[in-house]
Amino acid sequence: MFDPGLFNYWIIMILMMTGLYTVIVKGNLIKKVIGLGIFQVSVIMFFVSMGKVRGGTAPIASESFEVYSNPVPHVLMLTAIVVAVATLAFALALIVRIKEAYDTIEEDEIRELEAGEEG
Amino acid sequence: MHGSGLSISAHLPALQIAVPLLSAVICVLIRKARAAWLLATTVAWAAFAGACVLLNRVILHGTISYEQGGWSPPWGIELRIDLFNALVLIIVTGICAVVISASLTSLSMEVPEKRHNLFYAAFLLCMTGLAGMTITGDVFNIFVFLEISSLSSYALISQGATRRALTSSIQYLVMGTIGGTLLLLGIGMLYMVTGTLNIVDMADQLAMVGPNRTVLVALACVTVGTSIKLAVFPLHIWLPNAYTYAPAIVTAFLAATATKVAFYVLARFIFSIFGVELAFEQMHLDRVLMPLAIVAMFAGSIVAIYQTDIKRMLAYSSVAQIGYMLLGLSMATVPGLTGGIVHLFNHALMKSGLFLVMACVLFRVGSTHIDAMRGLGKRMPLTMAAFVIAGLSMIGVPLTVGFVSKWYLVSAAMEAGQWPVAVLILLSSLLAVVYIWRVVEVAYFQEAPEDAPAVKKAPIGLLVPVWTLVFAIIFFGIFTSLSAGVAGDAARMLLGAG
Repeated sequence: MFDPGLFNYWIIMILMMTGLYTVIVKGNLIKKVIGLGIFQVSVIMFFVSMGKVRGGTAPIASESFEVYSNPVPHVLMLTAIVVAVATLAFALALIVRIKEAYDTIEEDEIRELEAGEEG
Repeated sequence: MHGSGLSISAHLPALQIAVPLLSAVICVLIRKARAAWLLATTVAWAAFAGACVLLNRVILHGTISYEQGGWSPPWGIELRIDLFNALVLIIVTGICAVVISASLTSLSMEVPEKRHNLFYAAFLLCMTGLAGMTITGDVFNIFVFLEISSLSSYALISQGATRRALTSSIQYLVMGTIGGTLLLLGIGMLYMVTGTLNIVDMADQLAMVGPNRTVLVALACVTVGTSIKLAVFPLHIWLPNAYTYAPAIVTAFLAATATKVAFYVLARFIFSIFGVELAFEQMHLDRVLMPLAIVAMFAGSIVAIYQTDIKRMLAYSSVAQIGYMLLGLSMATVPGLTGGIVHLFNHALMKSGLFLVMACVLFRVGSTHIDAMRGLGKRMPLTMAAFVIAGLSMIGVPLTVGFVSKWYLVSAAMEAGQWPVAVLILLSSLLAVVYIWRVVEVAYFQEAPEDAPAVKKAPIGLLVPVWTLVFAIIFFGIFTSLSAGVAGDAARMLLGAG
């Protein structure tokens, strides 16, 4: 069942589920965004560990090395990290606005206020 | 000069992405609301013209492959335009052009003028993302463009006039990010198996590798991830709030484009990468998607009947209409997929038309609540006439586009021997009669309250775009060779049936 050669995937799955659980269960918007961040980071780690070749070196052409790690997944993750940062920044900006408008960032309190508006 | 003309035409696919992207930056810099609008409108119409040229070129000469930066695929990033995505590109850029033309008038009600240039910048970025997702031939590019369009659409939704726009936006952000990240995870697994990111190459490699558990998990991740963006029932909970509280213009734009492009991405992954055999014969995706599609058709329509805010009613109706598209896809036959693609095209026209009518009502009456519609048939005759025609199309009355899509879907179900499905399509159309009729009754058969303030006719800047869409609804309802003809060829191509 537990193959130590796959331990990176176990760690990634645990991280991913932690993030998803936080997003679903926590009512505080900041905690939700933190959960979202953990979820995104787990996928970034998935890509990074996928490109690593055991015993491989950095992919620089040289006669003394023959085994290289795959640089493509690592490079892709530069873009994914930028996306994650942009999402985080935008979410935090929205939360600031929500705090100004509702005076709370707890989801259940916001829902009560909105239910009161409807009437 | 002769040489430069030729080269611009050859670079048309890249310009579809580059021009809106750079114009968005210019919109931020120029700071004048009117100038930014003029630039955005020009760019959107130019992109629409470009999309028409591209579709024509694809029909005449076959699939276009454009090598970004001169690197040949599968190493470089390819833009690949075939019949399917050329049609989707036309609908995305066309709706974008029509809606942005209407925004000069409508937006002044909802967004303070000093933020207009930023609004148009976000609008153009969203269009860049959607167009990019549509024409790219590289799966990682799909993810990047998905996030560009998503982030800008969260920003657009949060511009709504009430504070609930903010909470709707963050709800969409959380769900959308989970969807996008799942898609990325699926792409990662596909890359592990195939070692390539190019769609065509990936399909070849996958066919050689054959199915294994990684591929199946990748299929699950991609399907769930895109289904969140597509708002497949029961992953639709972000959609009603986002559509209700966003500015009217944004709703008209997103309802007609964002979910459509998500449908395109799902179809592209299932048919062009995984293949029918893996997705439907081994994974039995149809047994998951078809029941969900049918539940969406009924649940969306029934909930729509009980809404008192018409914008919210139309949002739930969108959930139901997405069900029809998904139903066509889940049949995995040429007629079924044709029906799904035609409905993608047709629903974009109807829904953005209906939401633009709501923009007119909001502009003159100040509310989209059903009580505010009383007697509007006499007070805003042209606007409500547009609502009636688009509404008839939602129901599926002949001579409108709605009839064309229902016709294809019902006959596809009959042809596959699934006559209960055909009956269910017709029954759910009856529910559309109920929710459209509620509005018609209030607008035409109830008198306006005596103390109601006088209402002027809708401004010309909104009426022209609305009626452009209404004419398109009737035109493509009668002349189906462009929409249904191209969709049929695209479906045959996706299913590999020649």
